[in-house]
Order: sequence, then C-alpha cells, then structure tokens
Amino acid sequence: MTEPLLKVEGLKKYFPVKNGLFGKTTGHVKAVDDVSFYVNEGETLGIVGESGCGKSTTGRMLMRLLEPTEGTVTFDGQELTKLSPQEMRKARREIQMVFQDPYASLNPRHTVEKILMEPLIVHNIGDTKSRKKMVRDFLEIVGLSSYHAKRYPHQFSGGQRQRIGIARALMTNPKLIIADEPVSALDVSIQAQVLNLMQKLQRELKLTYIFIAHDLGVVRHISDRVGVMYLGKMVELASSENLYAEPLHPYTKALLSAVPVPDPNFIREEILLEGDIPSPSNPPSGCTFHTRCPFAMDRCKQVVPQLEEIKTGHYVACHLYDADMIDKN
Amino acid sequence: MTNRKAVLEVKNLQTSFFTDDGVIPSVDFVDFEVREGEILGIVGESGSGKSVTSLSVMGLIPSPPGKITSGEIRYNGADITGYSEKQMRQIRGNDIAMIFQEPMTSLNPLFTIGSQMMEAVLLHKKGWSKKQAHARSVEMLKLVGLPRAEELMKDYPHQLSGGMRQRVMIAMALVCDPKVLIADEPTTALDVTIQAQILKLMKDLNTRLNTAIILITHDLGVVAETCERVVVMYAGKVVEEGPVERIFTNPQHPYTKGLLASVPDMRFKKQSLYSIPGNVPKPGSIKEGCRFAARCSEVFGRCTVESPPLYQTAPDHKTRCFLYDPEEVTAHDRAIVES
Repeated sequence: MTEPLLKVEGLKKYFPVKNGLFGKTTGHVKAVDDVSFYVNEGETLGIVGESGCGKSTTGRMLMRLLEPTEGTVTFDGQELTKLSPQEMRKARREIQMVFQDPYASLNPRHTVEKILMEPLIVHNIGDTKSRKKMVRDFLEIVGLSSYHAKRYPHQFSGGQRQRIGIARALMTNPKLIIADEPVSALDVSIQAQVLNLMQKLQRELKLTYIFIAHDLGVVRHISDRVGVMYLGKMVELASSENLYAEPLHPYTKALLSAVPVPDPNFIREEILLEGDIPSPSNPPSGCTFHTRCPFAMDRCKQVVPQLEEIKTGHYVACHLYDADMIDKN
Repeated sequence: MTNRKAVLEVKNLQTSFFTDDGVIPSVDFVDFEVREGEILGIVGESGSGKSVTSLSVMGLIPSPPGKITSGEIRYNGADITGYSEKQMRQIRGNDIAMIFQEPMTSLNPLFTIGSQMMEAVLLHKKGWSKKQAHARSVEMLKLVGLPRAEELMKDYPHQLSGGMRQRVMIAMALVCDPKVLIADEPTTALDVTIQAQILKLMKDLNTRLNTAIILITHDLGVVAETCERVVVMYAGKVVEEGPVERIFTNPQHPYTKGLLASVPDMRFKKQSLYSIPGNVPKPGSIKEGCRFAARCSEVFGRCTVESPPLYQTAPDHKTRCFLYDPEEVTAHDRAIVES
C-alpha cells in the first residue's frame, strides 16, 4: 500500500484555563484529545461533528495555525510538527485552507487581484506579469471572469466570494486543501454550485480535500471517507457508504437520525438524545459520550474506548464492540 | 383539514424600504393565510422577504426606512395594519407571538430568566400578583421541558446552553396563550441533535395547545419534517404554495424544483448535485417579468415581459408560473397533438 498523503497521530490540543490574580492554570479545555487518522492522495475526508467537538481546531492544527499540545502530523513524508516556523511557511505552499466566512476572510481594502497575488508573492512564484496572468486564469477556473480582478470583495455575492476564497487557496498549486465549513454560510442553490465546483477542481487538479462541516448531507455528498467527532475525540471513521448505511457508534446513530430529511414521507428510526454536550473543560470520565448514551454500561464510565477497526476500514471507539461484548451477543 | 378557519390572513402585502437608492419593495404583494392550529412553513433563500413578511405581521418593521405600502393583515377578521403602537402591543404576545433565530441576543443578559418571564406575564395579565406571575412562569418552563424550573428562574441567560435558551424563548412567547406563534429560523443556530429536540417540542406544543405556528426557515428538511403546508418565497414573491406532501413530491414551479434538487440528501449519494445557475437577484432589481426568469431552465417569451399571477393548479396548490396558465397548457397540448 502506498503511504497516505497526510498522517495524523495522537493529536491533542489542550487550552489552559487561567484563573486568579497571577493567572494560575487551573485546568484545561481538551479541545482535541488524542485524534489519529490518515488521508490518501486524491480522496476527500469529511470530518463532521457538532459545535465544540474540535473539528475546526483539528483543521487548524494540521496547518499549524494552532500549535498542537502533543502528537505528530506527517505530510508527504515530512513531519510538519518538527519544522521551524520558516520551514513551515514553505510547507504551507502544499497545504491551503478555505474558510467558512467569505465575508471575514477577504481583506475588504484589497482588490481581488491583490488578494490572489499575495500567496504568489509570499511563496516567491513568478514575476508581476506572470502573476497577473495566473490571477486571471484562476478566476476563470473557479467560474468568475478575468474582469473581476479589479473589483473589491464587497462587490461580490457570498457565493462569488467563496469562489475567490477557493481561487486563493489554489494559487500556489497545493496538494491538500483543508476546507472548514466552506458552504455553511451560503444559500442552498449557491451551496450546490460551490460543491460542484470543488468536485470539478478535485478531478481536474488531482486535489486532496479535508472537508470539515456540520451538515451531514453535504459531507456525504462530497466525501469518500467520513470521521465523526464528539468532544475532542474521533468516535467513528469509515467510508461514507458504510458510515451512513451502517453507523456503529451510538452517537453517530443519534446524529444521523436527528438530521431532517427533505422528504415528508420518510419515516425514520427516531433516537432523540437527552441533554446537551458536556463542557470540554470538564469532560465526563471514561467514554465522553456515556452521559447521553442510551447503551451506557459500567465500563463506559471508567475506561476510555479506543478507536478500533471493527470491519475493514470501519473504525469505531465504543465498548459495545469490545471483543467480549461481541461474544456475548 | 382544508376547511379549518383562517386565523391570520395576509392579503396583497407590500412592505417597502425607502433608501437612498430608491424605494425597494422587499415583500411584493404577498398573499397567504394561516389556519387554526396548523404549522405553516415559509421557505426561501436570503433576500426572499420571508423575515420581512413576519416582521410586518408583528408590526416590527423599523420605520423609517420601512413601511407597509399596501395590503392587509387580518387577524381574526380585523385588519391590523392600521393599528397604533398601543393597539399592536395588545396583539403582540397576547395573540401573535414571535421567537427569533439567536436566543442569546433576544434575552437580556442583565436580568434573570425569572424576571424576564414575569415581566412578560405582568405586562399582559393586568391585575395579576407577582406570585401568580411566578407560578405561571414556572409552569411554562416545565411545559417546554426544562428541568429544575424553580432554580432556573434565578439563573442568568449566559448560564444556559443554546438549546435551553431557545426553550426559554418559546416558554416566554407562549406565556399568554397566543393563537399564532411566528418562529423565525428558530433552530438555525443550534446543533442537529438539539434542533431535533426543539422541533419535537414545537410539534408537541402545537398539538397540545392548538397554537398555529409559522415556521420560517431556509432548510427544506426542517419543513418536510414539521410543517403541514408550505409557502415558497423568491425575491419578495410567493412562487408556490401547497401542502408539504404535494410540494415535495410534485413541485411545480421551476424554482421549487431546482431548490429541492440542490439539497444533498444524506440517505443516498447523488452523482452530481443540480445547481440553479446565477445568483439571487438584489431586491428591487427586477422590474419586469417573472423574477426567476434569468435563472429559469424553462424560460420562454412571455416570462421576461409579463409578471405571472398565482395560478390555482389543484385545490390548495398554487404556482406563480406561466407554464401553469390554462391557456399555455392547452396550447402545449395542441402542439403535442399536432406534432
């Protein structure tokens, strides 16, 4: 088997909670707690979860926009977590990010041309003339026109702005794009346009995507494999076919059953979760989901379940799938 | 179900904003009715006028720059568009109540849940003692499924989670038994598992208290799951109206069809997603013809010149599209026979 393009092992991010006069650290918010996964070249890995589950923090740590507390990120054979800031800046040429809010992530005082040329200047690619040509080319690629180059972000609609955000990510010819909720601020009809564009670009430019979102329908549509996160942990990871057809983790099951389906005749298996997500600064012991889980057992309160491969390519972190439990059933 | 009485009727409603760039009709001759005890969905994308419609009903359009420039809003038969602020205050809360998308900004962070609940009660129930108001507030908090209601009365909004805050908002809106509850994107800011809880609560309350609910949303899944009838809005106009069952299985307007086809469905993977070309037009930018003409896949000569009316295509089903003009339909049939 070929090496995966990106390999993440034991990734953690603890934010200190400071209190009192001298700012003594009194605890930690475990935003991401021991997450491991890999991404193969040319595929799309979707990461889903509710707010506060650590999906965005994970995305940011992959690019080291946030320093991981622990763990390693290996990209294309290179261990990113060991690089110096200068080396990391160079490595970012290969990994780019698309953000959620196309209103906040584009500088309102720069023209589109200036916004798109910036990555080229940072990475020292081409001269002014060739850069300008590249800007025009990439505007066409993302479905805008070359005459848009002289305009400012406020002159565009939300969907067009997200296209500019995508063009900016493509400028340095990256291998991996981390897209953090790229379509959640957009209207349904525009969302479909942007998703189709992303798929087209993936085919044509052989891109690899990590697609972070909370919308399970969108993630299913675009992803080859999907990871589900809950309170800083990856609780299930499988091909999108398997995950949606046969979810194993009780949280995944509840999450899937909660999504409204645009079909009034659809009858679902209704699993309503009680209560809210616990605070990540004081997560429950053992399995973090045991406080809301309908199948919680004694061992769930004490032992943290590990992500195990239950079937080929289908990983789940749940005691229901421990060897002795399966024997019992 | 069709013979249920209408509690709220919106007729020919036009709400315009007077800006430096001219008069912009955000809601342009909108008609619909809300029937006793039903859940009516209003769907549309941003700029479709769905929120302005609901604010007009509540008399909450900021004036200036906004104004209801024509039409009627009839509550129990009486036109409330001409009501004074004092009269409207009687209607709001007592008869028609509203909840908003962001429960954090709708609650005052400086006052306890209890004092805000009781304020709502005392404002409308003249002559009630504080004790009665307190008891009523606790009762309402229990009704919306909040645990330890007594203690919650002493809590401040920041101590509650998003889902709990939205429950408090619903409790507060229902404190005076309104006949109609307008919910403007009530679950958009919530996570899916919490959204499922709130939608279930709203359905429960609808059947138990027989409160009619207008659910304004952009999420077609939410509509399919909760509503009985749906009004689809586009660029300030109602483009289609009918029972949820029919709209989802037999959509007629090209916009509704396109919208349904662009939603990724979690249950199966579509090879590629249909997408409506172009963008939602700016309010007031289209003066002539059908507002969807520029993005429509079935556009023909008439669409860019004339503005289509709402055609009754079935009992309880209306579509604003020339394809359903009886004359066009017969011409089309004739063309098929001749060829």
